[in-house]
Parts: sequence; C-alpha cells; structure tokens
Amino acid sequence: MATAEVTHDAHDDHGHHADAGFVKKYLWSTDHKMIAMQYLVTGMAMALIGGFFAYVFRMQLAFPGVDVPGFGIVSPAEYNALVTNHGTIMIFWVAMPVLIAAFGNFLIPLMIGCDDMVFPKINRLSYQVFLLSAIVLVSSFFVQGGGFGGAWTAYPPLSAVSAYNLTPLGSTLWVVAVALEFVAFLLGGINFITTAMNSRAPGMRLYDIPMAVWMIVVASILFMASVGPLIAGAIMLIFDQTLHTGFFDPAKGGDPVLWQHLFWFFGHPEVYVVLLPALGFVAEIITTFSRKPLFAYRTVLYTVFGTGILSFTVWAHHQFISGIDPRMAHIFTITTLLISVPIAEMMFVYIATLYRGSITLTTPMLWALAFLGEFLIGGVTGIFLGASGPDIFYHDTYFVLAHFHYTFFPIAIIGSFAGLTYWWPKITGKMMNETLGKIHFWGTVIPFNLIFLPLFVLGQLGQHRRIYSYEGFGELMRDDVLLGMGMQDLRILATTALVVMLAFQFVFFLNVFLTLRKKEKDAGSNPYDANSLEWLAPSPPGHGNFAELPTVYRGPYEYSHPDRKAKGTDFWPQWEKE
Amino acid sequence: MRPVATTRSTSGMTTGRLAVWWVICSEIVIFGGILGSYIMSRIAHDGWGHIGFAGSTNAYIGLTNTFVLLTSSLFAVLGHYAAEHEQDGPKAARYLYLTAGGGGLFLCIKAFEWTTEIGHGLTITANNFWSFYYVAAGVHASHVIAGMIIMLIVAQRAKKNLDLHRVELVGVYWHFVDLVWIFLFPLLYIAK
Amino acid sequence: MSDETHGPAHYKKIWALLVVLLAISFLGPFVGIHWLTLATAFGIAIWKAWLVLKNFMHITAQPRFVSYMVATCLVFMLLFYAGTAGDVMKHSGDQWYKPQVEQSAPVGHHGEHE
Repeated sequence: MATAEVTHDAHDDHGHHADAGFVKKYLWSTDHKMIAMQYLVTGMAMALIGGFFAYVFRMQLAFPGVDVPGFGIVSPAEYNALVTNHGTIMIFWVAMPVLIAAFGNFLIPLMIGCDDMVFPKINRLSYQVFLLSAIVLVSSFFVQGGGFGGAWTAYPPLSAVSAYNLTPLGSTLWVVAVALEFVAFLLGGINFITTAMNSRAPGMRLYDIPMAVWMIVVASILFMASVGPLIAGAIMLIFDQTLHTGFFDPAKGGDPVLWQHLFWFFGHPEVYVVLLPALGFVAEIITTFSRKPLFAYRTVLYTVFGTGILSFTVWAHHQFISGIDPRMAHIFTITTLLISVPIAEMMFVYIATLYRGSITLTTPMLWALAFLGEFLIGGVTGIFLGASGPDIFYHDTYFVLAHFHYTFFPIAIIGSFAGLTYWWPKITGKMMNETLGKIHFWGTVIPFNLIFLPLFVLGQLGQHRRIYSYEGFGELMRDDVLLGMGMQDLRILATTALVVMLAFQFVFFLNVFLTLRKKEKDAGSNPYDANSLEWLAPSPPGHGNFAELPTVYRGPYEYSHPDRKAKGTDFWPQWEKE
Repeated sequence: MRPVATTRSTSGMTTGRLAVWWVICSEIVIFGGILGSYIMSRIAHDGWGHIGFAGSTNAYIGLTNTFVLLTSSLFAVLGHYAAEHEQDGPKAARYLYLTAGGGGLFLCIKAFEWTTEIGHGLTITANNFWSFYYVAAGVHASHVIAGMIIMLIVAQRAKKNLDLHRVELVGVYWHFVDLVWIFLFPLLYIAK
Repeated sequence: MSDETHGPAHYKKIWALLVVLLAISFLGPFVGIHWLTLATAFGIAIWKAWLVLKNFMHITAQPRFVSYMVATCLVFMLLFYAGTAGDVMKHSGDQWYKPQVEQSAPVGHHGEHE
C-alpha cells in the first residue's frame, strides 16, 4: 500500500528537505507548488499596484485637479501613465500569472496524478524571467520621464516617437517588460501542455481530464500560437523607439496599422487565454457544490476548441474605425458575432449543470455564480461592439471600457477569488473563514456593479476614453441623465464604489492572515467530498504530491451517481477502484 | 533527478520530443509574424527590388550561407542517427560539434557581410527594407546562437554517453532554424 | 526510392538534392523571367522545407497530431496575412489612399549588384 518513498527516483534535495534553507526552499525551488505560490504572490502584489493606479485615476476623474490622498495632484501625463499601466499590469501581471501560472502550476500535476511538471528547471526559469519582467515594468515608473503613457495598446506613432510620448526610457522599458513576460509564459506554457499531454495517471483518458486542466492547456496553446506576431511587433517597435527605424512610421514608408494588426492578432486570442482558466475553475466549483456532473463534458470540450480556433479570426473588430478596409470590417463583424455563440452555449451548459443540483452556497460557489452573472453582462454588451456599425459610435467610449471590465473583472478578480477560496484548503491545509469570505464576496461584487454600470451610461452618452478630465467638455458634464444624477455625479458614484470595493479587500487579507495563523491543519485531504485527483493528496501536498501515484478509473464529475447511492455517498472519486 | 512526470509518455511521444515540437510551433508564429510583415511591406513598395534596397544584398554570400546551414543540418541528422541507432555518444558529439561549427561559420560570414553592408551605408536605418533585413536576419541569427549553445551543452553530455535522446531534440530545433533560413534566402537575396 | 528511409546514405542523398535545388533557385534570376524566378525561388523553398521536415525532422514518423499542430500554425500565419495585408500592402482603396512615400537608397553607395 502506501509507502514512505514518494517517487521512484531519489531526489537530490529530497533527503535534505527538512534542512532546506530559506533560499533553496522558497526562492530556488523547482517544486511546482512553490513556483505556483511565487507566481501567486507576485501576481497579487502587482494587483495591489494596478488597483492603486485605478484608485488614483478614478479620484482624478471624480474630483479633477484635486490632490489625491496617497498620490498628489495628477497631471495629464501621469493620468495617461496610470491608465496605461493599470491595464497592462492587470492583464499581463495579474490575470495571467494568477489564473494560468499559479493555478496551472499548482493544479496540473495534482489533477493529473503525477509528482511535478515535466521540466521543473524550466519551470523555475519561467518564474525568474517573469519576476524580471515585473521588475523591469515597475522600474519604468521611476526613470526620467516616468512610465509609458500610450495606452496598453501602445499604438505608434505615439509609442514609437519619444517626442510625442515624452517617456523615452519608460516606453522602451515597458515594451521590454512585456516581451520578457511573453518569454516567461512561452516557457511556462511548454510545461503545462507537455505535462498534461504526457504525464497523466494510468487510466486517465483525454475525457477524464478535469476541465480546469483542459482550459489551462488550451489557453497555453492559444497563447503560444498567437503571441508570435506581437513578439515580432515588439521587436520592431523597440527598434523604432531606440534606433529610429520606420517600421510603423509613414514618413519612412512604414505603416502604423501594421502594428495594430500585429497587436490585436494576439490581443484577441489573449482575452480567451485568460477567460478559459476562469471558466475551468467555475466548472470545478459548480460541479462540486451542486453535486452534479458537468452537463455535456464533450460538448464543452469541443466548444472550447472551436472557440479557440474562432478567436483567431476576430481580431480586427478592435480596429473598425482605424482605417482598415471596410470590407474586412464586414468579415470581422460576422466572425465576431459568431464567436458569441459558443460562449453563450457554455453559459447554458453551466446553467444546465446547476439545474436541479443540490446546491450549497459556499464562498467559492458564490464567486462562481457571480462569474456567470457578471460575465453574461460583459458578453452581451460585446455584441454591440462586435458589429462594425454601432461600433462607429461606441469605439473609444466608456461603453467599451464597461464591456471589457464586465468581462475582465469576472475573469481576473472573481475567477481568482473563486479559485483561491476553493483550493485554499488544499494549498494550505486550513479552511478559510466562511463568514469573512461572504462579507468579502458581497463587499466586492456589489460595489463592482456600482462602478461599471454607470460607465455604460456615460459611454452611451458619448464620454470618450483616456481623457484625464471632462471639465472642459460641456456636453459631457450634463445634469440629470440617470435617476436625477448628472454625468459628473455618475463619475463620483463610480469612484466611491471603487474605494468601497478596495476597502473590502482588507477583509480578504484578514481572512488569509487569520487562516494562516491557525495552528491546526483542519481541512483534511478532501473537505468537499470532491472527485478529482488533487483531493487524494494530503493538504498541503508534500514533495512528490502523492504517497503512491494514483490510477484513474473514471471521469472527474461522477457526482450523485445512482450506483453510489446504494453505498450512501454522492461522489465517486477518480482514484477509487470500485 | 527527473520527476516521474517526465518519464511518462501518454501522448505517444517522449516528453522532450513533444516539447520541442511545441517550441517549433511557437517559433513558426514568431517568424511568421516577422516574415509576413516583411512580405506585405515588400509588396507595398515596388522600389524595394532595386539597388539600394534588396538589389544590393549579396546573393553569393546568401548562397554560401544557405549551403553552410544545409550542410550543418546534415551533420545534425547524422548525429541523431549516431545517438539513436548506434548508441555512439562520442560520435554523436563529434557531429554536434560539426553542426555548431557550421553555425559558427554562418555567423562569421554574416558578420563579414553585415560589416561590408554597413560600411556602404546600408544600415538598419538606411530605409525600411534594410530595417526588415537586419531584424529578420538578426532574430534568425539569435536563434542560431541559442541553438549553438544548447548544442554544445548537449554534446558535452553526449560525449560521456549521457542523455543521448537530447541529440535528436536539439537537431529538430536546428533543422527548424535551417528551415527559416530556407525562406529568408529567397526573400532577402533572390527576389529582386 | 532507397529501401531505407533512415541512415547516413539516405541523409546524404537528401542533402545532395537540397544542394542541387539551392543551385537552381540561385540561378533562377539569371534567366531573367520574373515570374519564373519567383516560382523557382519560392517553389523550391517550399520543396526544400518539405524535404527537411520529412527527412531530417522526421515529421511523418511522429504521431499525426504533430503534423496538425504545425499545419495549424501555418494556417494561422496565412490568416494573419489575409487580415493584415489588405491594409499594409495596398496604397489605396475605396475612398482612401496612402501617400506614397518613396524611400531613398542610402547616400554614398556604389552600385553593388548581387
């Protein structure tokens, strides 16, 4: 039965595990769980920075010209740098490291029943490159001229010519940081894909793989297949910035629209890269807490593949009014509207999974349900933007901004909290406090809606993006546009809601602190009576994960199976033989 | 030591080989982005075929370099054969050294070529053709350098009959680098 | 066809073929017919690429999905080209035009041919 030796090979550092110094254990580890934590901590630290930036620029918008507590007066250039880096950080240094790198690293080997990633040293290298990229980005804020302020989309000529962007050093550091982040995720992606394809437990067929794993793997594939052109573009942009080549300079025969295509060819699949892991976590959570199988596993899988492929055909909907050929706009309208179909279908599948389930509203379940509701709003508002006609009006208004926050926030924030609260017992061995969890949940989700619903209204009224103050625009300072509130009142409402939401994040950190402080590891290996392999390992899993590497006998969603009712249980773990 | 994870091969391929092919796929889209951008820019500018633009690249040097890389690819696959079918580590290592040597020769010729061109004012900022020329060939050259380094590391182990499976893997990567050049050659040197 | 798709003899044969093809593609421009040059240059490049993929990289000896992965990435590149070239390659279209900027050949440069 269970033996003391966790793997067949003697690990060099295994015998010294108890003696591993701080550096070897926490900074130089090749263990996928430790690397996952490194990514998680870095991602959360960057989230604090990105969130702080949002606080500052929203204060500026609500109270233009007023000294922002904790920052000072916001100049127009600083405003641009804040919004640029807020977006850049949230996508590349929060959503991706937390959803893909942290959870991917932690979960994949556990969920497929092996002892680590296939290339532990490359895994470590990927984090180190990632950390370097974060340092390079943060350093860009402190150089002369300050951080890059040309929007996360970095369109030339603004991004290429320092006479325009006024941040000669910051712009280049920004591009270099993004390029390094890409390298880190290419390295990481190889690990996720290869491990999931090759290292599954005996008996785990493709259709027995948990959705969380599939989603992270498909996301990694989408990333790898789409980032190339942007890497090419980044190289060209760096040369335009530093050596004054003319790749994107019309005066030298270049074309700024080329950058846009290079950027968005990646930029669109990228949103599915971050969406898929969040969808995966939601699948795990709703099946566990409704005690029901995932409705139509294979349909979900094929839908995800189809969405992934389709996501490569929609990119120019970001460029409808940038001067692209209008006939291309027709084509991209059709493909963009088409892609809403598989995603809508996923929603229906998830609802069908919940239907008539035995639902327990634990904190992770609340986050998962909130994801579905909020993402739905994000998704349907995208339809207005995906059609080139209405987009002529909506492009670059706050309608777009509200749309993508109704998609990105569920993905990056709700998805992360869903995953964290769900797998926390496995990661730490301790249960989180449910009451604090629920307070944090409501304190995040309700204010979230109060931030962004007003922004839909403001966008509809014509408020354009990336403007540091609307005081000079009479038509954007109108009174009584919604329930007696004027446009500026709506801005103040959004900002107030943001401050409230940020304040409630303290509840989460309090929960983390209190949980970690607990002496006893009260979770046990399977506190939720869940089916997937990670719940076989101890909480937290030790080096090598499993006392004995498991064999798999069925899929991961065998909840409330009639055959098991006779035995009095409503779940059927993948690792149990009969 | 290697985790158990690395030794499994549920996909039907060994882990290393599977990983290398994924790397190749990601490199296809990187070079595809660079070359695609170049091709469409080239077609947009009729004048790029003339002297001062592509007309001034040295097709003889390009020809030589293509020959060098093709030959180094031959050495790479011979090294693979020695490692896999003959289990002869030292022989495979010798072939790898020859392959890396080919890469080194390629880089030397390129250094000579670029020095000459720069001396004639054909710098990266001379015009957009030359910007693409240096970026495309430069990114390719950086992959040649990376390949050489990895190859030498693999050869060091192979010499002692260790990790012979890696000879094939680094070879596959090297063939891809050769493949990119097979397209760069006509794009930069023949189409004038 | 050799009876062995592996082995030094086979690899050297492929190498010889690659070199011959290289020579042909190099000589193409000397014939002077523009479309022929392009056909030889790029047609041969594709042929050579296939020879390397099949005989050196052994792509056909791998599980099928490897070929699909590679083909998919190539298709994505065609997709990228199709979506982008329309804007970058053209100088004018329906109700728009790009001011034609003719760049100069570098100064102080003497005609250096091929």
